[in-house]
Amino acid sequence: MLETQGLGFRYRGGDWLFRGVDLTVAAGAVTCVMGPNGRGKTTLLRCLLGLLQPTEGTVHHDEPAAYVPQTTPGSFDFSVREMVLMGRARAISLFSQPRRRDIDKAEEALDRVGLRHLSDRSFPTLSGGERQLVLLARALCSGYRTLLLDEPAAALDLRNQGALLRICRELAADGYAVLMSTHHPDHAAWLADQAVLMHADRVVIGDARDLLCGDQLSELFALPVSTHLVSEGGGTRTLVAPHYEA
Amino acid sequence: MTLSPSKSTRPRQEGPAGEPFPTMRWSRGAVVLLILAALLAGTVVLCLALGRYSVGVRQVAEILGASIPGLGGVFAGDWSTSDERVVQLVRGPRVASAVLIGACLAVSGAAMQAAFRNPLVNPQILGVSSGASFGGVLAIALGWSSTLLISSALAGGIAVIVLVWAFSQRHGGGALTVVLSGVIVGAFFSALVSIATYLADPYDSLPSIVFWLMGSLASAGWPSTGMVALTTAIGLLVIVPLRWRLNLLTLQDEEARSLGVPIAAMRWGVLAATALMVAGAVAVSGVIGWIGLVIPHAARLLVGSDHRVLIPTAALLGGTYLLIIDTLARTITAGEIPLGALTALIGAPVFFLLLHTNKTRLWSGA
Repeated sequence: MLETQGLGFRYRGGDWLFRGVDLTVAAGAVTCVMGPNGRGKTTLLRCLLGLLQPTEGTVHHDEPAAYVPQTTPGSFDFSVREMVLMGRARAISLFSQPRRRDIDKAEEALDRVGLRHLSDRSFPTLSGGERQLVLLARALCSGYRTLLLDEPAAALDLRNQGALLRICRELAADGYAVLMSTHHPDHAAWLADQAVLMHADRVVIGDARDLLCGDQLSELFALPVSTHLVSEGGGTRTLVAPHYEA
Repeated sequence: MTLSPSKSTRPRQEGPAGEPFPTMRWSRGAVVLLILAALLAGTVVLCLALGRYSVGVRQVAEILGASIPGLGGVFAGDWSTSDERVVQLVRGPRVASAVLIGACLAVSGAAMQAAFRNPLVNPQILGVSSGASFGGVLAIALGWSSTLLISSALAGGIAVIVLVWAFSQRHGGGALTVVLSGVIVGAFFSALVSIATYLADPYDSLPSIVFWLMGSLASAGWPSTGMVALTTAIGLLVIVPLRWRLNLLTLQDEEARSLGVPIAAMRWGVLAATALMVAGAVAVSGVIGWIGLVIPHAARLLVGSDHRVLIPTAALLGGTYLLIIDTLARTITAGEIPLGALTALIGAPVFFLLLHTNKTRLWSGA
């Protein structure tokens, strides 16, 4: 669980990227942060992680949040297991090496994202989708229950997007507090309990079902967007349709 | 691991048969380390025997055995006094220095490559070698004793790392800033080396300066070996326990910080340790290039990128490599071939072969 009060950030001499953000990332729920490029989604995440000092306001958390960055292959040829094991950095004292227990946790985390069979593969040779899931496993391996994901689905194909979204939903059902930034309103509509919309002049936070509507999204992306309710598997689901021709 | 593709591509069997892989992984690293340690021990004995004055391999082994406290009586003095002198006083310190300096440079290279997230960095990049060179050249030009030369070179190397630290702190202290500061400070000290060389007495100190700069262990004695042993020990005492953390240093700064790694402090700890080792090595042997670049690469091909295994592998491989090179340097001609020239002469083609045969692996993502 993670909570902010009056959080605001601006670079020195710049305009406010966001201001007065009162956000609660609750356990058992998924929060989706949306906004156009450059609106400060990543900056907000960095403030939540404590990587950036906010200009004003405070961030409270009962334990560190685990971070899933956007994936890069890196220049070093680590195995998937070694990559996931790095999530244990806080749990292993400075001059010690990982123990059996840590390696077991890494294996469990890989199991959780369904990639245990890739443990011995070289991380840079995996596909973008697999690498993203490995980074998620690394976050899970830390043992912390607040997960912050930076556009995890950005470079994934549809099937991998599905895998990632399903895992995030399962994790929330298991009591994890999940926050992700995304450019896909559809993902937010399928997944989110809470939405954070980073408008140019304000940040709107609220129930995802209320906020993910045509008006809000059209304003947010400066593009006509309509939403459509379709029935699916006995329930209803919101589909988001951007109108690119406008 | 990628060396055994059959293992890694095979689908994993579910069920009780799955003895988790780490045991296997470790034993693979352990096997390589054992073989390399045995190789190093064999090379040491062989290199102590080789040279103008020939000593039998058995005699060398016995002299070494007899010098172990408590074992003196076990070996039946089957060697002459001059055999013993050559092994213990002439070749002994030289062989020990070669192993220590080779290990130092290889470990420094591997650690710096992690600290700068770039597998093509070499220990010279921070300018520590240039600083130590200037200290040494100054000492030779002023006719100082060999003890003063070593101290002065060491001081030069340490001065550089302190300057680089001070420079980069003023500009944020990121990896790129540190490299750029190193390049700037290093270039400045290289210029000082040139000026000192230009001003040196052409009949007296200039030849010594030129030979010292090209790298040589010809003047290695036990006191200088003791010095390099001390700097190596201090450096390894930092790097070896931190070797798993070196994996984390290869991540992007923010990624590492989000995992709870105080990356700037850690990077400086590692760089200070490598700087001390490199300065100690240059002080005793002059500048020896290539080892810090080639050996970590070769070690990665053997055991992969996990620094837990990579660091000891690089140490053993580097020690063995420089020992062989130094033995070649003193035996293939009547004179002494400069070490810096030999390591490059052999290192460059070897590196080319490594790249050529492992193209996909080494270039992947780099």
